[in-house]
Amino acid sequence: MKQLLTSLLAMAALLISPSYAQSLFPSVPKALGEPHPEGNEYWRINHPALLAHDRDLVVLEGIRDVDASLTGCVVCHAVNGPDQAPVQSPVSADSPDNSCRVCHEYVAVKIGCFTCHASVPAMEDVARILPEYSNSDEGWRAYLEDLSNLQRVSQ
Amino acid sequence: MERITYRELRSTPKVWGLMALCAAFVGAAGIEVFYLAKYGPIITGLNNQIVWGVPHVFAIFLIVAASGALNVSSIGSVFGKMAYKPVARMANLLAVALLIGGLAVLVLDLGRPERLIMAMYTYNFTSIFAWNILLYSGFIGVVAIYLYALMARGVSPKALKAAALLAFIWRLALTTGTGSIFGWLVARTAYDTAIMAPMFIAMSFSFGMAMFMLVMILTTSITHRVYSPELRTRQARLLGVFVAAVLYFVIVYHLSNIYLAKKTAYESWILLNGGIYTWLFWGGQVLIGSILPMILLFHPKIDTKKGYVLLAALLVVVGGFAQLYVIIVGGQAYPLEIFPGFEVSSSFSDGVVNSYTPKLGEFALGFGGIALALMIAGLGMKFLRIVPENLSDDNVDPAVLAD
Amino acid sequence: MTNPSKKPKGAEISRRDILKSGAALATLTLAPGVTLMAFGGKASASEDMPADGLKPGARWGLLIDAGKCPEDCSACVAACSTEQGWENNGLDTDPQWIRKVTLKETATGRTNSLPVMCQHCENPPCVDVCPTGASFKREDGIVLVNRHTCIGCRYCMMACPFKARSFVAAPVTGQKSYSPRGVGTVEGCNLCVHKIDRGDGTTACVEACTATGNNAMMFGDLNDPQSEIAIAVATYASQELRADLGLGLGVRYQNI
Repeated sequence: MKQLLTSLLAMAALLISPSYAQSLFPSVPKALGEPHPEGNEYWRINHPALLAHDRDLVVLEGIRDVDASLTGCVVCHAVNGPDQAPVQSPVSADSPDNSCRVCHEYVAVKIGCFTCHASVPAMEDVARILPEYSNSDEGWRAYLEDLSNLQRVSQ
Repeated sequence: MERITYRELRSTPKVWGLMALCAAFVGAAGIEVFYLAKYGPIITGLNNQIVWGVPHVFAIFLIVAASGALNVSSIGSVFGKMAYKPVARMANLLAVALLIGGLAVLVLDLGRPERLIMAMYTYNFTSIFAWNILLYSGFIGVVAIYLYALMARGVSPKALKAAALLAFIWRLALTTGTGSIFGWLVARTAYDTAIMAPMFIAMSFSFGMAMFMLVMILTTSITHRVYSPELRTRQARLLGVFVAAVLYFVIVYHLSNIYLAKKTAYESWILLNGGIYTWLFWGGQVLIGSILPMILLFHPKIDTKKGYVLLAALLVVVGGFAQLYVIIVGGQAYPLEIFPGFEVSSSFSDGVVNSYTPKLGEFALGFGGIALALMIAGLGMKFLRIVPENLSDDNVDPAVLAD
Repeated sequence: MTNPSKKPKGAEISRRDILKSGAALATLTLAPGVTLMAFGGKASASEDMPADGLKPGARWGLLIDAGKCPEDCSACVAACSTEQGWENNGLDTDPQWIRKVTLKETATGRTNSLPVMCQHCENPPCVDVCPTGASFKREDGIVLVNRHTCIGCRYCMMACPFKARSFVAAPVTGQKSYSPRGVGTVEGCNLCVHKIDRGDGTTACVEACTATGNNAMMFGDLNDPQSEIAIAVATYASQELRADLGLGLGVRYQNI
């Protein structure tokens, strides 16, 4: 009983103290592009259903211009890896820094997508989804640079 | 003549020892499943030409034997042979156990076993495979009801008969479905024939009866219970008839193929030049699985001896595996005829006999399925009143034995 | 011909208009968790995209002239591999969405060569046998594997008369974003469906074949009487592989 009480107190202390509280939650990387008009909270809750709905439009009916596309996630929410000579590049889903993994690991939900889907953005997809970057080496470099300048936010 | 009494198996070192042995095999299969999940099907002998291998041979054997094991029970309840009544419970339990063992192998051999649930809610009604999902899961339910009707007190004979009849019809549908997995494939020369369905039903009678007799003889031996020699001999002779029935369908299958000019090349391959498949056909399926057991089972002096009956049932099982290997793997090994009248070659094994070298892990998965089935059957017999205690000749309905 | 794909498309446009007009929050409270969404605003606003969704009433197909296909050329195979991101290193577990087959007529000894890929049947056996419906035929006749529902049972590979499908036996990395592929699922030629949907009007193999100057392959809409391919099959003799099976193939061959 005594032990239980102590541990409960310790947990309460962790939650109250702001410095500790921050470290309990995942540090979510910021993304490029315009923010979701529906808000982050909406997408946090609904992205599985939205992606599942739109993937059926793409696969079954050939409707490619959908709102929830995994390529879209991968392009805007890319995270640059640590500096690698000679170039820096976005990390794949194998890295714990991957945007999807940061949250999915926190809530202990397996990501099935990247068994089949590419988890690293491709240059032409970046240029298509974020037209401010051109489909060229120059555009790619600008994209990588902007990714590096993004900060992490703690929720 | 006493009333038949059923008792749970007693806890003896032999009973638990066999359970532990089965558990070890299941564990070995578990290791294979772990490696499959980690590295993918690349660790098996499968390739893009032979896509169903040893695990499918085991799975389909167990599924076919499951519906056949139920037959032992149907003979008593549906066809009124009272002598078979005392072993009906055991036949039902074994049927469910074998089916679960077979399905476990089938499912764990999928490329994405974790998605099995998808087969439940994205359903394609034109697929015989999808139908089989219903038939297999329904079978477990129907046989469970039938087993309950056999074991519960106060079940009217009419209700029992209805349950037995439903189970019998269901199992015929199930084996028809299993045979049609192959029978309805137009692409491959070895398949594409309606005889697959009745042949699989005959195979189920034979393999199921053999599995039943193996388990029955083994169980009664290690628990020192009586397995009426009269009944055993009758069942042995019936097994002989079933073996002959399978052989009949095999002969008709091959004769029809030889008659069709477009299939003669396949027949000369499988019967004469097919290497391992020809050996398995003549040596495994025909000699070990059919001729030898029939000699043992029809010989008036030998068919009364427990050891020989056990041997014959074992040979039928071995021959059954050989037969399914020839059907499943042999059928895929023979090259597809995409360009009739041409000799073809490509980097994708066009025009050549496809090769397949099964890996140890695939056998581990298959034997794990058998072990799982035996474990379920064993635990059932251990904790439920399944096995008759006093199944002596005196207690088997003499009127039935006489006819 | 009515096209059900019009429905979600219509819904899509109207909802996008609502979102664009700034009523996003109101829409959300009306039906949360359904399909009310816009991706970043930018992606959905790419107006340079062609009319979306598959072409109603189309029957996409290929016409392959074996007489123009040299035995030592495999440009179509290389192009497919590059475009779709599969690799054949010579193992029997490696995928081959398209392959070159060399033929020798048994009676006459005449030799010939042609590429074989998914024949995009009208009545595909792979679609009939697939337990989950993952193997399916799009309305424009393209036969695809929906990898989201494929359980890897390989029954379609048993059923296909043309060996058009491969099984991904080991984990894959470095996929193309438009051509996802992964372990434990079955795959095959998708007639470059991403290019068709994009409005390219051709496939990687046909492009490569044309680039070599052999011009042995032609892509088009067999149902459009004005199309080059429809005129070609109406003018010159062509045939289906295994026509005896009555599968109604979308790929036709000349001069086999």
